[in-house]
Amino acid sequence: MSRESTGTGSNGGGSSDPVSTHDSRLSTLDSLNAPRALSERVIAAVLFACGMVSIFTTLGIVVVLVKESAGFFSEVSLGQFLGDTQWTPLFTDKHFGIWPLLAGTLLTTAIAVAVALPLGLLAAIYLAEFAPERARKVLKPTLEVLAGIPTVVYGYFALVYITPLLQKFVPGLAGFNALGPGIVMGVMILPVIASLSEDAIYAVPASLREAAYALGAGRLRTVFRVVLPSAFSGIGAAVILGVSRAIGETMIVAIAAGQQARLTADPRSPIETMTAYIVQISLGDTPTGTLEYRTIFAVGLALFLLTLALNAVAFRLRRRVLKGGAL
Amino acid sequence: MAPEENGTRRSFTSGAGLERAARAADATAAPPDAKMAAHDLHAWFGTNEALKGITLSIPEKRVTAIIGPSGCGKSTFVRCLNRMHEVVPGARVRGRVTLDGQDIYASGVNPVRVRRRVGMVFQKPNPFPAMSIQENVLAGLRLSGEHAPDPAGTAEKALRQAALWDEVKDILKRSGSSLSGGQQQRLCIARALALEPEVLLMDEPCSALDPIATARIEELIHELRERYTIAIVTHNMQQAARVADFTAFFYQGELVEVDRTDVLFTHPSNRKTEDYITGRFG
Repeated sequence: MSRESTGTGSNGGGSSDPVSTHDSRLSTLDSLNAPRALSERVIAAVLFACGMVSIFTTLGIVVVLVKESAGFFSEVSLGQFLGDTQWTPLFTDKHFGIWPLLAGTLLTTAIAVAVALPLGLLAAIYLAEFAPERARKVLKPTLEVLAGIPTVVYGYFALVYITPLLQKFVPGLAGFNALGPGIVMGVMILPVIASLSEDAIYAVPASLREAAYALGAGRLRTVFRVVLPSAFSGIGAAVILGVSRAIGETMIVAIAAGQQARLTADPRSPIETMTAYIVQISLGDTPTGTLEYRTIFAVGLALFLLTLALNAVAFRLRRRVLKGGAL
Repeated sequence: MAPEENGTRRSFTSGAGLERAARAADATAAPPDAKMAAHDLHAWFGTNEALKGITLSIPEKRVTAIIGPSGCGKSTFVRCLNRMHEVVPGARVRGRVTLDGQDIYASGVNPVRVRRRVGMVFQKPNPFPAMSIQENVLAGLRLSGEHAPDPAGTAEKALRQAALWDEVKDILKRSGSSLSGGQQQRLCIARALALEPEVLLMDEPCSALDPIATARIEELIHELRERYTIAIVTHNMQQAARVADFTAFFYQGELVEVDRTDVLFTHPSNRKTEDYITGRFG
């Protein structure tokens, strides 16, 4: 008892009459407290470990990428990697220029964004600003179903349906090409852009729309001059997420774009993206540990740096908007 | 509520109160013309009738306060004066509202034209976050597709009228949301004034502000009454007593009483008004 009372003394507990009741209550609390603190510490440790798993996984991936890439770059100079315009690691005459693969990735991504950005944004504007509540409740989940379609299905859709269809209108369109898979990839990222943009537009406070109406603005001007700029951060994040999905997309381009690394901006010809090349090597009969095998780590590292840069842009964009700076 | 009653009474014995009371007395000597008037105005949200036949005049170049407990329809009433009520889904209006004798609900009247002549300031300051201070002031012109011939001059004039110019003249390019709450509200007032409206509706413009910012807005209302017809909704009876020439008391969607502010607060003719201003309910 006496030891406990000195313990409470520092808490400023009364040292006069009600000392005894005070102390007994505190001692009960202490006895309840001890095991809880222990279990809390255990839970905190478990949660910490769970958090660390994802961090260590990421670090592990980076380490493997860098290590294997270092092996690659010990045989092929960085100058060749960035300076050569041909990518032919599997040929007798080997060239290791990344540009054809990068061009393939950028070309299909650009086509996908050209399809998904206007369609997605307009769909989002319709859903958030013009659609009756009942239509919105049906249309939005329907749109999101598109995101659930396996990409291999999209890939075959591009190969056996879209490309033959396009060949009727586009002269010189090869059986494997960048255009068909690019368009289909646009459809694939459409729900990402539309749904996230719609969330951003819908979240713009009604008070801003009211302010615009009260100033004599019509509905269209209110949407395009007030609501969309206010939702800029969310729309920007949606678009960048869609772009990184397109850059990382593998199945559609592996199936329908041709697997021919070619430095071109012509969407009608067969091309190969960075992801499709990695698939090609991973599935093929390239022996592990060879230079050809190591190329996929160098390409993977380049891909990683590309998406990292994109995420950094998105992060800075978001921070600038969150700070409340004028755009 | 007793201190509030005392506060109300006290404000009438102060210098400003007397001066205002005298001015209001002048007003009765020659009653001002009605700038706006509602005739048997009904308004609904869905099936809920928020206004049950209001007939009330808003005198020209005077401040009219509308008081009453929450849900009495005072905000709905001012939103009917610039056709903002119908912006809410499911909202309906019946009756007549005239602006200079012309019915703003007549068929063929463009609500956009009405809102250009009858400006509005909202309860919560709502500057456009994606626009700079200057762009905010000019937003009304830009949003109605007009080209301001002298944007800087127009913005300065409106900001001076809203007593904000000295505080923001060096930071016009900064975002409107970087200002304090009181400054944001004056920015919203400047934004409304830039359109040179004839009537200014204020829907509890100080309810989100601290007492100092509130005092600045009230000072501003005193200055603006020289040029504009003002209708202000307020929860705060001292505020009505301080700024308004006329006060209307709304209760459950009906107009109970309207009179010169000093008369309404000292000799209300209706029992419900008296109960409300003495704090017996509401």
